[in-house]
Formats: sequence, structure tokens, C-alpha cells
Amino acid sequence: MKSRKVGYLYILPWLIGVSFLTVYPFLNALYISFTDYNMVTKAGFVGLENYLNLFKDQDFLTSIRSTLKYTIYTVPLQLVFALFIAFILNFNLKAIGFFRTAYYVPSLLGGNVAIAILWRFMFQPEGFVNSFLMALNLKPVSWFSSPGGAMAVIVLLKVWQFGSAMLIFLAALKEIPQDLYEASSIDGAGKVRTFFNITIPLITPTIFFNLVMQLVNAFQEFNGPFLITGKGPLNSTYLTSMFIYDYAFKYFNMGYASAASWMLFLIIMLVTVVLFGTQKFWVFYSDEGDK
Amino acid sequence: MKKHMQPISIALRYVILTAVALVMLYPILWLVGASFKTNNEIFTSISFIPRRIDFTPYIEGWKTGTEFTFATYFANTFKIVIPKIAFCLISSTLTAYGFARFDFRFKKILFSLLMATMFLPAVVTRIPLYLFWKQLGVLNTYVPLIANTVFANEPFFVFMLIQFMRSIPKDLDEAAIIDGCSSFGVLTRILLPVLRPSLISCLIFQFIWSFNDFLGPLIYISSVRKYPVALALKMSIDASSGIVEWNQILAMSIIALLPALILFFAAQKYFVEGIASSGIKG
Repeated sequence: MKSRKVGYLYILPWLIGVSFLTVYPFLNALYISFTDYNMVTKAGFVGLENYLNLFKDQDFLTSIRSTLKYTIYTVPLQLVFALFIAFILNFNLKAIGFFRTAYYVPSLLGGNVAIAILWRFMFQPEGFVNSFLMALNLKPVSWFSSPGGAMAVIVLLKVWQFGSAMLIFLAALKEIPQDLYEASSIDGAGKVRTFFNITIPLITPTIFFNLVMQLVNAFQEFNGPFLITGKGPLNSTYLTSMFIYDYAFKYFNMGYASAASWMLFLIIMLVTVVLFGTQKFWVFYSDEGDK
Repeated sequence: MKKHMQPISIALRYVILTAVALVMLYPILWLVGASFKTNNEIFTSISFIPRRIDFTPYIEGWKTGTEFTFATYFANTFKIVIPKIAFCLISSTLTAYGFARFDFRFKKILFSLLMATMFLPAVVTRIPLYLFWKQLGVLNTYVPLIANTVFANEPFFVFMLIQFMRSIPKDLDEAAIIDGCSSFGVLTRILLPVLRPSLISCLIFQFIWSFNDFLGPLIYISSVRKYPVALALKMSIDASSGIVEWNQILAMSIIALLPALILFFAAQKYFVEGIASSGIKG
């Protein structure tokens, strides 16, 4: 019973940290969003004004649309790709170690500014992506000067980093008992049917986990557009996290930026809650594991 | 299933896997090749193999257009990364130990809080945190970048270590306590040796994430003298408005990628296990 106090002692650093580095800033952001704080004059309470202005702000609304587009393109592409490759890899192939590494390296390096520079370079009008297209007798694309092209550049960067989702899928696939496959093949089910009737249902918890993680990340994407495409033509790659950054750290309009960050937070929450609600229709938990 | 697999099916798998791997790795191969090319050759040749190996872009790029060399920027990066790793390992282990091995009031609520913070979008706390550090007068120092590791406020690491500690049987702890070992002694003498592989994977993740971190320094570090590599690279593409020495920038990009690559290949085993057992963000 002595351990009741000892436990607190061990989590004390975290408890202090979570209070003033997470919970307090989280609530403070909400408070600031109701003020006109600009770091120069004293903060005045403005009620819902910032939020009402956001709904009239074309830049903000466009940024939400672009963010949604970015998320809708990247997340499914990344997951389908990760699952497909994990499925192919999940056999006793000799070179599995090599392939696992090869697919993981982009996830490992992807966050580095160096990769953003490489990307910017690759998609130049005379860059090597266009050289390839021309070598294949295709028309070169002016990636950075069309809205769709600019979006494609940052989407491709994210999809390229499917490696970590793939490794998580791979771990889940390894857990599936072999006899289930054998039973299915005795029943005369083909490979495709086995995949959709046996494999997919068994790994739905992992699909769900990956889906939520990737969504939360994609909604907050910053580095890709900030370093590679900028706002993009017609603000096509001006994602909401960039909008928030500009208003907070360029214009120091902290109230407005905080309101925008809370809006983004609410959208992420809404999507996550809806997803958790749909779990009972498509996610099958075999037992009460905590994974 | 393995035994029933036909040779054609195996061959097909290898073909797909190799093709995808080539497409995935080509940009990096190309980057390596381009860093040895002359500026002219970069744009005219599609092949990634340079005509000759020339280290001039590396030598010139290292000097940078600023008054500092990349040596300064690397030193700055390590001034951030090394404390982060040390603090993160210590504080996360202590917190995980508290959650995994002790009972206390409100434990369930606090654990839920821990889990919730793992999914909390960082974007929503960014502005108040900036104002908080400004009030304390530590903008343009490394304090805001390091602080959350001092307080175990990277829930991913805590969660990962809790999962590992739970998988270690409690019998050993209990035996040690009967032998007169303190609770801290149980942690250092019994659990730590078993936890070594998971601590190593924490170390690697922390290294790579903080090495790559761009937004943190972008917000908090304003003087070039204190720039880490990430900001120095970003500066190099902004500054080059006239004649762009692309080969130098690409050469420095390679240098910036090297630490992560070396660490990854040195400790690959732990890395893959770490991801597989806990599941992480990209």
C-alpha cells in the first residue's frame, strides 16, 4: 500500500509536464482565440469575432479545402500501397530484409529538409521527373505552375513515405494463423477471395490504427508545402497549418491564428470521433487486447 | 501455404518488389549521383551516374555562403539532439515505470490523459507554448526545443516503454523486493537490462525525429549562429536567388541525411522491432 505514493513519485515529471506543456496551452489556445491578442497591445476580449471572421476569410476556407483534398489523396493511397506491399512481402522470401529496409528508408528520411530540397529539384520544369516523362514519350508537366501539379508534388512526397505503415501491417499479417489460410484454400477459395474474406477482416484493427494516425498527421502537414510548393498556384497547397503559421509567426495575430488552430483541431476531432463511431461496423477485435 | 507456392508466383513477387524498390530508391540514388556532378551536368543528364567523381561541391558547400560552416550547424544540431535523447530516455523510463508497476489514485484517468495526448494535434498548443516561452525569456535558445523531453512529454515513448514493461513478468520484481531491493533498485537492476533493446529503439527514433525537426527551430531559433542543419539547408535554398549552386546544395543535403542513415543501418534490428511492436507515426 506504500506504493500508492511511490507511483506518483515516478510519474511526477510527466505530471508536471503534461499540465504546463499540454493541458494549460491547450486551454489557453481556446482563451486566446476569443481575444485580439497581437503581442503589442493588451489582449481584449472579442467573443466569437475571430471565428466569424474565419468563416468569411477566403484564404482560410481555401486552406481547409486544400487540407481536406491533401488528406483525401494521401491517406488512402498510402494505406492501400502499404497494405499491398506488406501483403506481398509477407512470405518467406529470401531478400525480405533488404526490401523491408528499402521501403522504410523514405519514411526515415522523409521529414528531413534535404528531401524537400530534392523534391523541389526533381519536379523542376527541366528536372529529372520531366526528363523521364519525355523519355517515355509523354508530355512534360509544369508541376509548380498548375494547382493539380503542385498538389501532386506534395502528395507524392507523403505517399512515398508509406514504409512505417507498411511495417505495422507486416507485423499484423504475421499474427494471422496459417491454418486459416489452409482451411480457406481447402474450401476452394481463390487468392483474391481469401484476401478479402480472411486477411482484411483479421487486420481491421491495424487498418483502423493506421488510418487514424495518418489522418491526424495529414491534417497537420506543414513541411512539404512550406518547403516545396509554398502557397502554390491559386493557394492550391496553402494548407491550414501554413495559414496558422503565417498569422501567428509572421503577422503575430495570435487571436486569429489560435481560432484557426482550434477550428483545425475540431475538424480533426470530428473526423476521429466519427471514425471511432463507425468501428463497430467494420473493425473486428478478436479479443480484449490493448493494441 | 509457403510450400504450395508456385515458382511463377514467387517470381512475380520478386519482380513487383524490385520494381517498387527501384522507384522508391531512385530519387535518393539520383541525389547521391547529382551531388558529384557539375551544375551543368545536373540538368542535361538523366542518368544518376556522374561523368566523374568530383568532391568540389562538398568542399564548397560545406563552407556555405554565411560566416559559419556546416560544422557549426552540425554542432548546433547535436546540442539539441543529445540532451533530448538523454532526457527523453530518463524521464520516459521513470514515467513508464510508474504506470506499468504501481497502483495509485486516478491512475486510470491519468493513463487516459497520456493516451489522449498521443493523439492531440500539436498544432493546437503551438501558439500558447510560444507565448509561454517568450514570457520566460528563452526564445532563441534551445530550451523550448528540449523542455518536453525533460518532462516525458512525448507520449509515444512513454507508451512504447509501458507496453514493453508490461510484457516483463512481475515475479522478478517481487523476488528482488523480498531480498530487500528498493523500488528504484528494481528499475535499475531488474528492468533496465531487459529493457535495453526497447531503449535503443527509443534512442534511434528520438535521434531521427529531432535531427529532422524543422518547424520547432523555425519558430524558436532566430539567429543564424544558433541554426541547426535543418534551418541552414532551408537558408541555402532561399539565399540562392542569383546563380543557384545546385550541386553544392545537393551535396549538403546528402551530408544532412547521412547521420540518420548510418544510425539506421547500424541498429536496424531494434528499429524494425520498435515500429512493429508499437505502431508509430510516419
